[in-house]
Amino acid sequence: MTSPLQQKIKITGPSVVTANRTWDGVVIYRDTQQGWTTELAKAAIVRTADEARAMLTESAADDVGAIGPYIAPVAVNDNGAIKPGNLREQIRAQGVTIDLPVPA
Amino acid sequence: MYAYDEIDRTLINERVSEFRDQVKRRLSGELTEDEFKMLRLMNGVYLQLHAYMFRVAIPYGTLSSAQLRKMAHVARRYDRGYGHFTTRQNIQFNWIKLADLPDALEDLAEVGIHAMQTSGNCTRNVTTDQWAGVAPGEVEDPRIWAELLRQYSTLHPEFSFLPRKFKFAITASDHDRAAIKVHDIGLRIHKNAAGETGFEVLVGGGLGRTPFIGKLIKPFVHGRDILSYVESILRVYNQYGRRDNIYKARIKILVHELGIEKFAAEVEEEWIAMRDTALTLDDEVVEDIRSRFTYPHYKTLSDTPDELKSASADPHFEAWRKNSVAPHKVPGYGIVTLSLKPIGGPPGDATADQMDAIADLAEKYSFGEIRVGHEQNLALPHVAKRDLPALWKALDKIGVATPNVNLVTDIIACPGLDYCSLANTRSIPIAQELTHRFANHDTANLIGRLHINISGCINACGHHHVGHIGILGVEKNGEEYYQITIGGRADEHAVVGTLIGPAVPYAEVADVIEDIVEAYLALRQRPDELFVEAVTRLGVEPFKERVYATR
Amino acid sequence: MPLVKNGRVAADTFAHLADDAEIPVEGAVLIPAVRFLADAAALSQRAAPTGVIWPNNRDLDELVPYLDKLAVVALVFPTFRDGRAYSQARLLRERYKFKGELRATGQVLRDQFVFMLRAGFDAFEVKKQADAEAFLATAKRYTVFYQPTGDGRITALHRRMQLRHSESAS
Repeated sequence: MTSPLQQKIKITGPSVVTANRTWDGVVIYRDTQQGWTTELAKAAIVRTADEARAMLTESAADDVGAIGPYIAPVAVNDNGAIKPGNLREQIRAQGVTIDLPVPA
Repeated sequence: MYAYDEIDRTLINERVSEFRDQVKRRLSGELTEDEFKMLRLMNGVYLQLHAYMFRVAIPYGTLSSAQLRKMAHVARRYDRGYGHFTTRQNIQFNWIKLADLPDALEDLAEVGIHAMQTSGNCTRNVTTDQWAGVAPGEVEDPRIWAELLRQYSTLHPEFSFLPRKFKFAITASDHDRAAIKVHDIGLRIHKNAAGETGFEVLVGGGLGRTPFIGKLIKPFVHGRDILSYVESILRVYNQYGRRDNIYKARIKILVHELGIEKFAAEVEEEWIAMRDTALTLDDEVVEDIRSRFTYPHYKTLSDTPDELKSASADPHFEAWRKNSVAPHKVPGYGIVTLSLKPIGGPPGDATADQMDAIADLAEKYSFGEIRVGHEQNLALPHVAKRDLPALWKALDKIGVATPNVNLVTDIIACPGLDYCSLANTRSIPIAQELTHRFANHDTANLIGRLHINISGCINACGHHHVGHIGILGVEKNGEEYYQITIGGRADEHAVVGTLIGPAVPYAEVADVIEDIVEAYLALRQRPDELFVEAVTRLGVEPFKERVYATR
Repeated sequence: MPLVKNGRVAADTFAHLADDAEIPVEGAVLIPAVRFLADAAALSQRAAPTGVIWPNNRDLDELVPYLDKLAVVALVFPTFRDGRAYSQARLLRERYKFKGELRATGQVLRDQFVFMLRAGFDAFEVKKQADAEAFLATAKRYTVFYQPTGDGRITALHRRMQLRHSESAS
């Protein structure tokens, strides 16, 4: 695995660091307290490549708690609400786009 | 059924305890994710978009009722109440927690089920014809050899860290239901002039980013030599397969780059040096494995029982019988396919309740045996024809009697972007929309045999290359687009489909497929000229014209 | 990096030489393949124990003529995912009948021990101390083996035959 320090990081807008939680695989986001949250709304937003790199490096250090952290795009609207920036992230944040065979 | 003995059960239990230790070390931080990843993959554990995904092997597609009930139990207890049958005789659970996996494995081990080598760069689940042992005209039951290969390849000390994954498929019928030509090694059982069992060996087939049809490496390898011959192939691959580029690491690339003659010569040289070793299978050893496959005590029954005659008045029953019941080698019996492709449903999914019900029905009507095929459907392999009407009612009640087997709505699809971390686009919603478009079974029957295969990315888990119509999802500027190929097939005439033109957006895929099907109906010479035959005769042009003329 | 021999952590009596190092007249040494091949006739006659570090992408043919003079062949796992050295190990043991120490080097982790033992390795330069200490317990993890290899462990297929014969004899 390439260390975040060596990766080329390019971000085009507001972004978050996301990963999956090790013990159960659930989607998590880096929060502003240097921890993880399962709610996108509580994710820390970065806006520059340097900020993103710093947060990714810090996230990657938690190999026990989180798997495969990466930078994901988000959209932040005028009242500060955070929305996933693409379909993949939308599905990760909100679940499958189909009905599950057994309703939850 | 193959009955595991104490030796097999011990190994499975040892593997469960090893994995429990590995998970413990991962959760405590003793193992890094980089170190753990290959270990979990070798036990079928992936990380997907929302959760871990757990792939459990169904060796040669044969399950007992007790085993299927245990799958239902795992789905209910550790997952979200359903499982997904894949194209390689596996079942996947999509929502499992890493911390729960050792317990789930332990539960499965009680019935001889495991997840060994359902992923990783090792030999994967050895697959075969889902009608093995019951198909009329079969040379012999290929599962005996699949089991020998399963044992041979399980925790192999030399070949557990190959350049890339390695898949075997075996058939013993003229009609290939196991897709052997698109496997790393494809084996076709046949007899030599002396009446001895052996294998035609194909190598280097596969789909993915660079599809290849398997090439003939040896027309006849005697059964006693099959393990040493396979070991020679694997050894050449292990040493010379590319490890510099994951997309060029499959054996198909090595075979392609060396050329089949050169590759075959390397294998032959290796084989000559080691063929007379402990790998030689004595008749006695083969017979021992054979003796642990038990077959039902079939009764002498009428092929045209009264129950069937009276039920034939019901057009719904007749439609299902004609579509889903295949001839059995024993008169009076049939092979019943259970469609896991309901209109509007995700292809290949079954709920825990359905699994339990199917397990019960298998006990009542199929000697407690269930089969799983690469088309993502199930089968009951030994159903007395007189029981068909009663069975049909029960299957219909639980939603697995859609009379669409091999028809346009019997779609193979990967999980796609709804679940998969590799996917670029969704697959399931495309399949669902298509089943709605062709929901009328009379129309589907009129169209005839037509396989639509959908993959959500170039890795081709949905086998799009070999669908009569193949749909491949690609991402373009953040939008989901789909490339359409036609003319592919996965059987004994396996061929990779041809692209008809530029990719189309998500919303237009179903329209395009309808156009292609309409073009076929207008162009076919006679009602029994299959879609794929019409494409062979006409080429892609007329279909392309129809699709792109107005787009 | 702890060395495991005979199942236990042991002192490594071999000095690992770099490609360009002077080769001492005395003392046990492990010599890189290229360096060894450059002067193989002389080096294989050293009085002191001599071993070769053989990379996993080099055919064994060049090494075979010297095997009976070598105390150690060290095979390399550049990462634990690269399994080429398992084939080399089996060939050295089973085809070329190498009787000296067969050492696994590189990224050698606990979960490979059983595979390595079965392929014919009998010495292990283990990456992590905890793994080295767990060697004996790990090696006993499995009692059932499906494949015949040169390590002599009886395979499941043959054990079944034995059971069957003993049943029919009694």
